[in-house]
Parts: sequence; structure tokens; C-alpha cells
Amino acid sequence: MSTQTEIADRHAQAGEHDHGGPALYAKTLIALLILTAITVAAAYVDLGSGNVVVALTIATIKAMLVALFFMHLLWDKPVNAIIAMAGFLFLGIFLMFCLLDFDSRNNYFPANFKGPAADMPLAPGTAPQGQVIRTNPAAEGEKK
Amino acid sequence: MDQAISSVPRTGDRPRPKKNYLNETKGFMSWAGTLDHKRIGIMYLVGVLTAFLLGGIFALLVRLTLLTPTHKLFGKVLVTAEVYNRLFTLHGVIMVFLFIIPAIPAALGNFVLPLMLGAKDVAFPRLNLASFYLWLTGALMAVCAMIFGAVDTGWTFYTPYSTTTDGPVSLMVMAAFVLGFSSIFTGLNFIATVHKLRAPGMGWFDMPLFIWGIYSTAIIQVLATPVLGITLVLLALERSFGIGIFDPRIGGDPVLFQHFFWFYSHPAVYIMILPGMAIISELIPTFSRKTIFGYRAIAYASVSLALVSFIVWGHHMFVAGQSQLATVVFSALTFLVAIPSGVKMFNWMLTMYKGNIVLATPMLYAISFLILFAIGGLTGIFLGTLATDVHLTDTYFVVAHFHFVMMGGTVTAFIGGLHYWWPKMTGRMYSETWGRIGCVLYTIGFNMTFLTQFFLGSKGMPRRYYNYLDQFQPLHAFSTVGSWVIGLSLFITAAYLLASLRKPADAPDNPWEGTTLEWKTSSPPIAHNFEEQPVLEREPYDYRPVAAAH
Amino acid sequence: MEQQFDTSKIGMWLFLVTEVLLFGGLFVGFGMMQARYPREFVEAHEHLTRWQGALNTVVLLISSFTMVMAVDAAKKSNKNRQVLFLALTIVCACIFLVVKYFEYSHKFEEGWLPGRFYSYKGDSIPACPGVNPSQLASNPPPAPAPGAPVQQCTNGYATFFSFYFMMTGLHGFHILAGIVVLTWVLIRANRGEFSKNYYTPVDLVGLYWHLVDMIWIYLFPLYYLIQ
Repeated sequence: MSTQTEIADRHAQAGEHDHGGPALYAKTLIALLILTAITVAAAYVDLGSGNVVVALTIATIKAMLVALFFMHLLWDKPVNAIIAMAGFLFLGIFLMFCLLDFDSRNNYFPANFKGPAADMPLAPGTAPQGQVIRTNPAAEGEKK
Repeated sequence: MDQAISSVPRTGDRPRPKKNYLNETKGFMSWAGTLDHKRIGIMYLVGVLTAFLLGGIFALLVRLTLLTPTHKLFGKVLVTAEVYNRLFTLHGVIMVFLFIIPAIPAALGNFVLPLMLGAKDVAFPRLNLASFYLWLTGALMAVCAMIFGAVDTGWTFYTPYSTTTDGPVSLMVMAAFVLGFSSIFTGLNFIATVHKLRAPGMGWFDMPLFIWGIYSTAIIQVLATPVLGITLVLLALERSFGIGIFDPRIGGDPVLFQHFFWFYSHPAVYIMILPGMAIISELIPTFSRKTIFGYRAIAYASVSLALVSFIVWGHHMFVAGQSQLATVVFSALTFLVAIPSGVKMFNWMLTMYKGNIVLATPMLYAISFLILFAIGGLTGIFLGTLATDVHLTDTYFVVAHFHFVMMGGTVTAFIGGLHYWWPKMTGRMYSETWGRIGCVLYTIGFNMTFLTQFFLGSKGMPRRYYNYLDQFQPLHAFSTVGSWVIGLSLFITAAYLLASLRKPADAPDNPWEGTTLEWKTSSPPIAHNFEEQPVLEREPYDYRPVAAAH
Repeated sequence: MEQQFDTSKIGMWLFLVTEVLLFGGLFVGFGMMQARYPREFVEAHEHLTRWQGALNTVVLLISSFTMVMAVDAAKKSNKNRQVLFLALTIVCACIFLVVKYFEYSHKFEEGWLPGRFYSYKGDSIPACPGVNPSQLASNPPPAPAPGAPVQQCTNGYATFFSFYFMMTGLHGFHILAGIVVLTWVLIRANRGEFSKNYYTPVDLVGLYWHLVDMIWIYLFPLYYLIQ
């Protein structure tokens, strides 16, 4: 198995020598460690809802450093980067639409709703306590 | 017309090779451990057709139960409500996970894709074999779940019923999990193969449209199926650990389950239809003797269908409890997803226009597809429209819609493709007369069964219901009789296809005068596909006389 | 031909994308549940030891560095450095798992367990008693007596720890699988199988390892740092 693949890959990796290199990788590691320190420190500062944004932004920067330098996407053929981005893009779509649903869940009533009328059902969350909810007085009269 | 379907070898064909992929090596292990994509395709074919038979039997039982509202057959109730719930669940689970998702890509695609590309095999042959064994494992797990009491949740496993009901739900969802990985690895393999293993001279826009369709399917398989995987794991953990994500009694959100489930399952239906459309894109130009109308449009439509399919899943949840805003957004996007399908339909019809139509069996299935898929696709728009969906959701209208697209669409295309590549795969020609009888009977039976269900649904008959009002009985009975006609047609089809195997393997290399590369090798192909690496010289579907091609 | 190397890389990237979506589903679930139980999630995350999480983050980042150094050494046909850096990567991975072990045992002791096994009693809102959903059909809980006061309780803490164990557990499983594959590659490297002409397995396992690191890069702030 090895010999055949060896021959096949022989010229492949010749051009890969001039990218990366220990110095660049070491610098990337240092950047990652610094960013880790920043993100931990930021957690002790109360920014309200900004905390999540800061944390995820730093995480994304770190992820991109790993992807571009350690995973070689910067120097690879574009198809690999396209595949990687597609994965994150569709994950983002999944998250976005779920949040769209959840964040707009409590809008029970339309924007032009003026308030409960006398024989409208009670507000959501309260129990009827044995009340009869009259929806169509005419039909009720017929059935009885 | 019969010139195209003669089984007499035409002059100019190379002599028939003595050894082909079927008889090159013999014995159980030579098949069980094969790395040949053609043999793997055949094993998948046998597997998915067995699953189709099993799923079909459950379908016939479901329809038989609904023949009368009292469910009495010969004076006895043979199927109780609890059993009925299991019957339709198993019908759905088997048909969706064991048959229709793998069928065209893994059975026909595995066989044809490398040949069409002019390649020796797929990119990762061992992964291909692993995919098959994963399918087999998932199938055996599902059969075990059936034996241990079966599942009554519907194939959609909606919570909280699925988290609380008795029965081997976890085993069944783990079977689907395993099947999901089979699908993922097949898709992964195909993407890599299409990117890197094309014949010299074959650029992206020189590939047959079947490849574009399978490639688009593979994109969906890789991106969507993992979410199904995690959904099923979460469901199983909810059942055993009570993690609190889906079941409202422990603080979960059942609509979240539906988001998770449909994020995969909507793109999944495009995993089902795109390969069917891919086959139609082969059948129509070949049997119209005319180059495809709008090659690039169809190619782009295939990829855009794959991508847009990811942003419409909420249309399965209009009345489930998601917010109004989400509902409106999903409805609007659903209208968008119909456009690429429409483009393809028009392009196929324009291909046939002024073509030299050959009404061989595959073409009859293709024409049937055009009509049935049109109906199925349009009724999808009715369901995607909010106001009408409120009335039609969870009725037989939905059942009719998805059977029209999945069966009238994909299964019809699958059977057409099976006939088209039958001589290539087996080296035998089937009986054209019986082929046409089978197709006509199938189309009649299909419409009897499912066109009826549109009326049932719009009159208010809910789906998955065991009991129904007396007024629905005539339509139900008619639909049931239709199911018997489908059963008969498929039995006939199976019979003459199997009978053809008893004839000697003397089919010509290219019985249909197709222009794609699989027809340039023998029927059946030799083990490594081509004697020499083929180089692409003509565009696909180029039916001009050779002198005019240059 | 570089065809086979390129093909293998495409295959590995496609596999990594499936992992992104697999874990991504759990991230989405976590996000949704956090929106549902903001207070409980903040309170529950106080029970996680930040320094252990940060240490694990540093360990994994270093392991990514040693991994890419191993690939670099293979590209330069340097056998000893390959073996050294692969071994260091495995060591880092093992340190990660050891730290995880200590974290998990502390959780088990205190009762911070997933779902129906959650038994910690020190929360500000009382946690609902554990329920086994798959038993609900056959053993429904008794209906509350009429007029009895309704107990306010929450499932939020149990849900937090459900996600904590699921996500770190699945991640840990991937670390373990990574250790197995890295060991196999180490053995092959030691035999001298890799050089500038052929180092595909080292490269591919490296890609996998970096993804495992990337998942932790997102896991760490969401679980350990969010206010």
C-alpha cells in the first residue's frame, strides 16, 4: 500500500515546503495563548450581554488562526476552504432560524390588537376555572 | 423504433470480453470483501429492493386496514389501532431510511458514476464498502426493533410521544443513526470522486447531468445528515437520561425537536428527488435523440436546489407552535425552492419538443415522471401557502403530495433508470412488451391510489388515523384497490426483470445509443471499467452526426 | 500526481464538516436551552472550575502546535522530530483527559449530574425531581392532591449539566479516538514510513486534531466564561 501511494504523492508535496514553518507556527501559538488570556480576563469584567459577543468573537478569531495556519487553509487549494466555510455557513443558518423562531415566540397577538373583549378567551397562562368559553352564541343557542 | 432496442450486437462493437465484473472472481468472499463499485452497487440494489418489498407489504397492510371504517376483513378485525400505528410507522421508516434515501445514489449511482466519469472506481473504495456494511447494520437493527415490538410514533418520532412511549424507540432511532452514517460516507465519496477523478478532457460543464444531480445530492448528504445524527442521539438520551431538551414535562421544547428533525429531513427529501431528476436528465435526451435543452440551467438548478433546500424546513411546522414570523419567512422561502424544479421541468419538455422520441420502457417511466412530479410539486405549493396549509396539514392531502413526489417522482425515475442501465449492469435485455405493460399498470395504479387521496384530504380526512367517518369509505376503498394495482404492476416488473437474467448475457454495449461514457464499455463492464483510460471527445448528449461534431 | 493527496484532503475536510454539523447541533441545542433558562445556566456554570477549563484550553492549543510541528517534520523527512512531536501531542491529549477526569469526579461527588440524575441540593431555585421519560407511559407520576400548593421547581440546572456532559463527553470521546489514531501514526512514523514524498496520514490526522481543538475553543468560553 505504501509504495503505490508514495509514488503517487511524490510530486504532490514538493511545493508544500515553502509555506508555514516552525517560526510561523510558534507565533500563531503565542497569539492563541494571548487571546485565551484576554478572553479569560474579559470574563471577569461585567459587560452585560456584551460578554457573549466578546467571548464568541475571540473564539472565532482563535478558530480562524487554527484553520488558516495550523490547518493550512491559507496555502491550500480553495476547494478545502470552500468546504470548511460551507459547514459553518449552514450551521449558522440552522442557528439563525431557530433563534428567529424562539425570539418571536411570545408575540401571541397581532400588532393591531386592541385588547380583550368581554367574551374573548382569557389571557394565555391562566386557567378557565370551570368557565364556559362562548365562541359562537348563535350556534350555542341552536345546539341547546 | 425497435432499432434502438435490438439486442443484436451492432457492427463496430468490440468483441465481447470473456471476463466481466460479475464473473471475474467467484465466491462469497469475493463479493463480501469487494472494493469494486459495481459489485457494491449491485449489493446495495439487492438490499434496497428487499427493503422496498418489505415497506410495500406494510403499505398494502395499511391500505387494507383502511378498506372499511370497521376494519373488518372476512368478519374479523385483524388489525387493531395499536398495530395500525406500528404499520404506518414501519412503512415510513423502511421506505425513507432503508429504501428511498440510499436507492438511487448508492445502488445506481455507485454503479454508474465512475463509469460516466471515465474513472476506474470511486475516490475511496474501502469507505464505499464500509458504507454498505453500515447500511446493512442499520437495516438489521431496524429489523430487530420490529421484532421487539416495533415503534408506533410515526417515522418522524415527534416528542413528547416518542420520549415517553413504550417500545424499542431508542433501538429504532439508533438504526436510523447508523443508516445516516452510511449516507454521509456515500456522499463524501461521491464529492471527492467528482472533484478529482474525472476523465481527461472532462471539465465540470462536460459532465453528464446525472453526475450534477448526484453531486448536489452528495452535498446535502454531507451537510444535513449529521444533524439528524445528533437529533436521534438527543432523543435516545432524552428517553434514558431525561436530559430535558425535548420533553415539556421535564422542561424541554417539543418544537425544538421538530426544528432539529426537519433541518435534516427537509433537505433529505431533496436527497430523494435530486437523483430521480438526475436520471430523468439522462433518459429524456437519450430517448428524444436530442441534446438537452439548457444544460447549464439544469446543472445550476441542481446545485441551487440542494442549497435552498436548507432554508425551508419550517414549512413542516406551520401549525406546530413556531412563531408567526418564522412561519411567514419559511413560507416565502418555500416558494423560492420551487423555482429550480420548475426550470428543470420546462427544460426537459423543451428537450422532447421536436425530438425523435423513442417510446422504450425507460422513456415511458420518464414521461410518467414528468406528469406525476408536476402534480406533486404543484401541490407542494398549496401546502407551502399558509392559509391553505392550515386546512390541509396533517390530512391525506399531505400524504398524497409526498407520495406523488417521492413515489411518482423518485420511484418512477428509479425504475426507469433501472431499466435504462439494466443491460449495462446485467448484460441482458428485458422484455420490452412486458416493460410497457408494467409501466402503464403502475401509472394507473399509482393515480388510483394517490390522486384519490388529494380529495380525501381536502374533504378533511386526517392522516395516520385508524378510524374514519363513513362518508370517506368510497374514496378509501378506491385507494386501496389502487394499491393492489400498484402491487401487481411491481410484481410483474420484478418478474420480467428476474426472468431476463436467465437469458444469456449478450446485450450490446450501447443498446440505447447513449452518448455518455458508460456506454463506451462492454455490457456488463470489465472489472476495471475501461480497457484504456477514456478521453472525452464530445459533449454529453451530442446527438449530431459525427462529422458535424467537429 | 498530487491527485491522491488532494483527494484525501478533500475527503478529510468533508468529514470534518460533518463533525462541525454534529457538534453544531449540540451547540444550537445549548444555545436554545440557555435562552430558556438564563438564570439557572449562569448559576450552574459557577460550579465549573475555570482554571481547569483554561488549563485544558492551553494544553490543547499546545497540542495543536506540536501536531503541526509533527507534520512539518514529516514534510522535511525528519523522523526523530516527527516522532517527538507526535508523542508530545499524545501527552498533551492525555493531560487533557486527566484534567477532565478530575473535573468529572468532582461533579459526580457533588451531584451535578445530567438530567434525571441531578441530585445537588444547594441551588437558589429548587430543582425538579428526576423523571425517567421512557417510564412515564407505564408509571405516570401521581396527580397532585386537589388544593395542594404547586411546588415551584426548575429543570434548568439538570439541563445545563445534561449539555455539559453530552458536549464535553462527546468531545472527550473524540480526543480518545484521536489518541488511538495518533498512536497508530506514531508507530508508523517510528518505522520511517513518512517523508517529504509521502506524509498524507500525518497531515490528515493533523487536520482532525485541529478540529478537535477548534471545538474546545468554542466550548470553553460558552461553558466556563459566559456571565
